[in-house]
Amino acid sequence: MCTTCGCGENSKPKLIDPKTGNVVSIDLRQSHDREPAHHHDHDASHTKTIHLEAEILAKNDRIAERNREWFQEQNIMALNLVSSPGSGKTTLLEQTLRDLGDQMPIFVIEGDQETANDAERIRATGCRVVQVNTGTGCHLEANMVAHSMGKLQPSRNSIVMIENVGNLVCPALFDLGERCKVVILSVTEGEDKPIKYPHMFRASDIMILNKIDLLPYVQFAPDKCIQYARQVNPGIHVFQLSTTTGEGMDAWTRWLKQQVQSKEKMGT
Amino acid sequence: MHELGITKNIVTIVSQHAKGTRVKRVSLEIGKLSAVVPDAIRFCFDVCAKGTELENADLEIIEIAGRKRCRDCQLTTETNQVYGPCECGSWNTAPVAGEELRVKEMELA
Repeated sequence: MCTTCGCGENSKPKLIDPKTGNVVSIDLRQSHDREPAHHHDHDASHTKTIHLEAEILAKNDRIAERNREWFQEQNIMALNLVSSPGSGKTTLLEQTLRDLGDQMPIFVIEGDQETANDAERIRATGCRVVQVNTGTGCHLEANMVAHSMGKLQPSRNSIVMIENVGNLVCPALFDLGERCKVVILSVTEGEDKPIKYPHMFRASDIMILNKIDLLPYVQFAPDKCIQYARQVNPGIHVFQLSTTTGEGMDAWTRWLKQQVQSKEKMGT
Repeated sequence: MHELGITKNIVTIVSQHAKGTRVKRVSLEIGKLSAVVPDAIRFCFDVCAKGTELENADLEIIEIAGRKRCRDCQLTTETNQVYGPCECGSWNTAPVAGEELRVKEMELA
């Protein structure tokens, strides 16, 4: 069983290259880094107490830090897209690729428990993509992203979009080495999601309020939702958009371009 | 739902240090704002420990109270929530304690 997400032996995470159909299993247990510890006898009853002070998620955090360093060296802006299932992450990616794909190189990692359906959708836009299937795992981990980079081979000065498994709980705890998390919330979900799942909204720098074209048909007050999000995370930056009508997409793609440009300046 | 995997991580960390010796006790520090539920860890522990050096070990969980600091007035107060307003009215607060997720120590037989 996976030591982090609890997925079974028979459902190891795997990478799928949609172009070739090749499948590669990821063994997340291949490198067990050891924590330093000091050992000494504490009493005379022949038991030995070992002080570990070991961070439980240290292994993931170390790999995430290596990913982050690599992204910085390559001048790549990596974003970790998180949301509940069905908020429109994949459609947002498709639309972003259509709007920006000819202006800057964008690469995608698709995380789902099963199927390569989302990777197929992304590949249809002409973008290079790798699908990671986590099996029963409920989130992506830094090791999966590290493995994906070998397949994806993103070019320097590009954007890597990492679409996490649809889940508003677990992905908040796992750093992948991204520059920031982008949480997507659709207006069909309920305006109090930020205070119901505060960890995710605290961990994210950006909130995208999606499907605003449906506002006339649902009970959802965007201002209230944004107020909740800012209670949880005062610094969160908000975009309101519809990937169906295209409304609000300009501001999002403009922000992406600005981020890449400011990053390029920093790199030179 | 992530507690099963986190418990597996705990067993792996302890097992690496036990190196085959039976473990009598494991002590964890879990912050009250860490998004990890101690009862869920206890529930998973027996299952995860089975067949390892940790089988039948006592599990001790030290819960660490949450504290948040206001970035505007610098007041530090206890809290049970990862977010919330300061007494001064500002929501610009951040946890300074309570997010721990640590294996503190282990006792070998």
